[in-house]
Amino acid sequence: MKQSAVQQSNRRAYPRSSAGDGGGVAAPADGSVFKSPGVIFWPAFHVLCCLVSAAAGFRFSRLLFLLLFSPLAPSSSSSFPRQHLRLPLVRQQPATALPSLLPPPAVLPPPPPPNSKSLASSRVVVGRHGIRVRPWPHPDPAEVARAHEILARVQQEQRLQYGVKDPRPILVVTPTYARTFQALHLTGLLHSLMLVPHPLTWLVVEAGGLSNETSAILSSSLVPVLQLPFREQMPVVWSDRHRLEARMRLYALRVIRERRLDGIVLFADDSNVHTMELFDEIQKVEWMGAVSVGILAHSAAPETPSRKQQREGDKENSHLPIQGPACNSSGHLIGWHTFNTLPYAKKAAIFVGEGVIVLPSKLEWSGFVINSRLLWKEAEGKPNWVRDLDDVGINGEEIESPLDLLKDATLVEPLGNCGKKVMLWWLRAEARYDSKFPTRWVIDPRLEIIVPAKRTPWPEAPPDLVFQQMADDEEHTREHVSKKSKSSRSKNSYRKKKKREANVNTQVSDLSIADVK
Amino acid sequence: MARFLLPAGIEWLNPTKQITSIARSRSPIPGLRAPTTPCPFPPSAQRNLPFSPCKDCSFLRSRRPSLCKRRSEGVMAGGFRVLPLLILCSLFQGILGEEHQPNRPTERISGSAGDVLEDDPVGRLKVFVYELPSKYNKKILQKDPRCLNHMFAAEIYMHRFLLSSAVRTSNPEEADWFYTPVYTTCDLTPNGLPLPFKSPRMMRSAIELISTTWPYWNRTEGADHFFITPHDFGACFHYQEEKAIERGILHLLKRATLVQTFGQRNHVCLKDGSIVIPPYAPPQKMQAHLIPPDTPRSIFVYFRGLFYDVGNDPEGGYYARGARASVWENFKNNPLFDISTEHPTTYYEDMQRAVFCLCPLGWAPWSPRLVEAVVFGCIPVVIADDIVLPFADAIPWEEIGVFVAEEDVPKLDTILTSIPIEVILRKQRLLANPSMKQAMLFPQPAQSRDAFHQILNGLARKLPHEESVYLKSGQKILNWTAGPKGDLKPW
Repeated sequence: MKQSAVQQSNRRAYPRSSAGDGGGVAAPADGSVFKSPGVIFWPAFHVLCCLVSAAAGFRFSRLLFLLLFSPLAPSSSSSFPRQHLRLPLVRQQPATALPSLLPPPAVLPPPPPPNSKSLASSRVVVGRHGIRVRPWPHPDPAEVARAHEILARVQQEQRLQYGVKDPRPILVVTPTYARTFQALHLTGLLHSLMLVPHPLTWLVVEAGGLSNETSAILSSSLVPVLQLPFREQMPVVWSDRHRLEARMRLYALRVIRERRLDGIVLFADDSNVHTMELFDEIQKVEWMGAVSVGILAHSAAPETPSRKQQREGDKENSHLPIQGPACNSSGHLIGWHTFNTLPYAKKAAIFVGEGVIVLPSKLEWSGFVINSRLLWKEAEGKPNWVRDLDDVGINGEEIESPLDLLKDATLVEPLGNCGKKVMLWWLRAEARYDSKFPTRWVIDPRLEIIVPAKRTPWPEAPPDLVFQQMADDEEHTREHVSKKSKSSRSKNSYRKKKKREANVNTQVSDLSIADVK
Repeated sequence: MARFLLPAGIEWLNPTKQITSIARSRSPIPGLRAPTTPCPFPPSAQRNLPFSPCKDCSFLRSRRPSLCKRRSEGVMAGGFRVLPLLILCSLFQGILGEEHQPNRPTERISGSAGDVLEDDPVGRLKVFVYELPSKYNKKILQKDPRCLNHMFAAEIYMHRFLLSSAVRTSNPEEADWFYTPVYTTCDLTPNGLPLPFKSPRMMRSAIELISTTWPYWNRTEGADHFFITPHDFGACFHYQEEKAIERGILHLLKRATLVQTFGQRNHVCLKDGSIVIPPYAPPQKMQAHLIPPDTPRSIFVYFRGLFYDVGNDPEGGYYARGARASVWENFKNNPLFDISTEHPTTYYEDMQRAVFCLCPLGWAPWSPRLVEAVVFGCIPVVIADDIVLPFADAIPWEEIGVFVAEEDVPKLDTILTSIPIEVILRKQRLLANPSMKQAMLFPQPAQSRDAFHQILNGLARKLPHEESVYLKSGQKILNWTAGPKGDLKPW
């Protein structure tokens, strides 16, 4: 009616004035409708209904009075909203009429829309429609499963069409050894490798011989694993460890050469993190390639005052934590980006498990990929700028990076948009080298000592290690300089500690005092 | 001479034979395989075509529909058509072979679109552009330059394209079509929505001007003129469907061809012979948001937009005939459906990561979502009963998109998950075809096979005009005083 006409002209927040301005449109329409004598009666009735609804507190739907009085209404005009009540599937908005007001469908004679009389049968009708909601609008698990199958198939098709064609197999070389963090690192690497869509062989070289720990972790691998034991034990000092890892990798390369394994060799350290794009990118390598590695050296270092100095230094030249190939504007390799280790040299970790920065070597092995045919004794097309693998590493020669395998390092291919894209990160996070962990991370249920948690002291504090003592010395000197209040506070805390530990064996308290010193 | 080429297709070698059946079994041209593809014209499109395809016509006729027109006097010399026909037949072999290759990233749309989308209109028609005073076009644009960016901007860009196009002629005597550049959708509210209240008067005033200044309007009463009316309900010039239906198409445009975005079967505001075009979507903006094609599509169904128009229809039921509200109520908790009313900045990128994009009706059945879905390779799920999609005679929408009836919306998840995977992959291949995407866009400057050229192709397919449109002197069909009284006021 008139009200609805006004409502409709308010559509899209058009100002009312414009509706009146349009003038020619609204006025004739209104004029054609209100020819009936009931023109005053209906607005008055509507006002009455509004008052009733205001009093009753719910909306007295126009629906009701339309239905009750529809036979009396003037023959339908175009601006009259047609009500379409469908079957029980329909649920109207809760704001509108209560269910009791909905008349049974039989009562309602839907007036045929006059406009479409002039057209051939139109199924689509203008006006208010019900909102169809099915009775249980919840996802059906079978359909969800089918949708996921569709998604998987679509993604496979995308990979087939836009991804790598004819992927070559990948040979992943990983040096590892059994320690606390091995489960963390190796499981992460295992899951990354299981996601790689290309054929893969994993060569795991283990220092200290094959161990049950490593075998337990690798037993759940879906990629084929080649476990290679290496006789020497992993040393505790980082520099020695890097050297041993290089020898372990060389050992793996020799295995590849003996067995003539075909593919692209990728050096994946167990604590590194790889993206999936890396595995697609290395397919482009022809003989030897280099990628950019993000160096996450600040893995455990807390904020120290010297960081401010470092940041000031940053403003002069940016110390990007990246190692990788450097190219000129035409895309040719001209050099190498390395991570500037000078600012951290003093605070670098020497022993495995110190809670400070671990520095990488100049060029990490993980930033290089090699076509395994380079390693074979004979391969067609093998270039002559590669040293024979048998001549490498003998007589105590130290191999620092794969570049030492080459006679000419300029022929390395830069990958990843000439090193601009970083697709893997180098990270070293280790616990103290003597830290214990339950075998295969299964807690043996028979615990000998069970102490309440609140008062659990460290039952057997291990002896101080070299670096710990050095650190304590520094602290000790610093404490002398500090104010008295601080020292008194610290003294108090120590005294409190002493009191608490009175119950426990004296050995502990002796040790704690010794610690404080 | 012209009879030589009559209903024929393959049968041109035997001009005396009557064509009564589809020429499947006889292939007089050596090397030509019997056609196996079904009629490429979806039944939905067949009503709006000026010719009747796939009925009493050979398959080849359906590929070159202009051949199928029954005309007593052909404008085109029959002889010219033989050579392209031969080339076509030899290509046909190659095309059929192409279809059956698996693992192709794109698929050539077989049937009509493979050729018709790639038609070049230059040389097939001539358009004369009337020089109207700038108050009809330039001044309006100067008053509000926002008209260049909204979804109705096709009228402005079409004008600019025609001014510098090769089909333009300055000799109206040789023109096949006449274009009147009047920007009727450029009177914007502060919010940016066009007001249609002055448009009928503007159009009427323009027509009065051209009918008095040039003789060509009166020659045919507008039957060889075309107008671009991209508003919600085309030339009904109202944003409300009921009012638009009541007004009907402007009476003076009764005989003219309308190029509009609105298309719905059995609706007053869609004239027979109209050309339905896509709404304008900014091509550069869409190109700027492209992501690498190997980014895996991980969203099953995607939609961003209103479900309830709270400002105008808070209860729901009017807006979108309740279909959008139904989508929300049924699927708001479904993890497969990524639907919301937010306006994310990554809207275009998200569409490229989705397999299906919903394109439900709003206040009008058309929306720019269809264009965006096609450009970004997302299969459009059209929920609008009886809609006529852009260039329906050239693009086989049934093969590219999914059509869901409004009453089936509660079962949308069942419908979409039960589509066979080969069908989905095929649709994606068809969408990856660059000619599909190009046909939906209005790039500046115009490129070949874009929407401008498809409009011209559509106009060219309607040629030549029948003799009956040319009125005898003194004959009048249009009633210049018909329509609401308010329209008669001068503008």
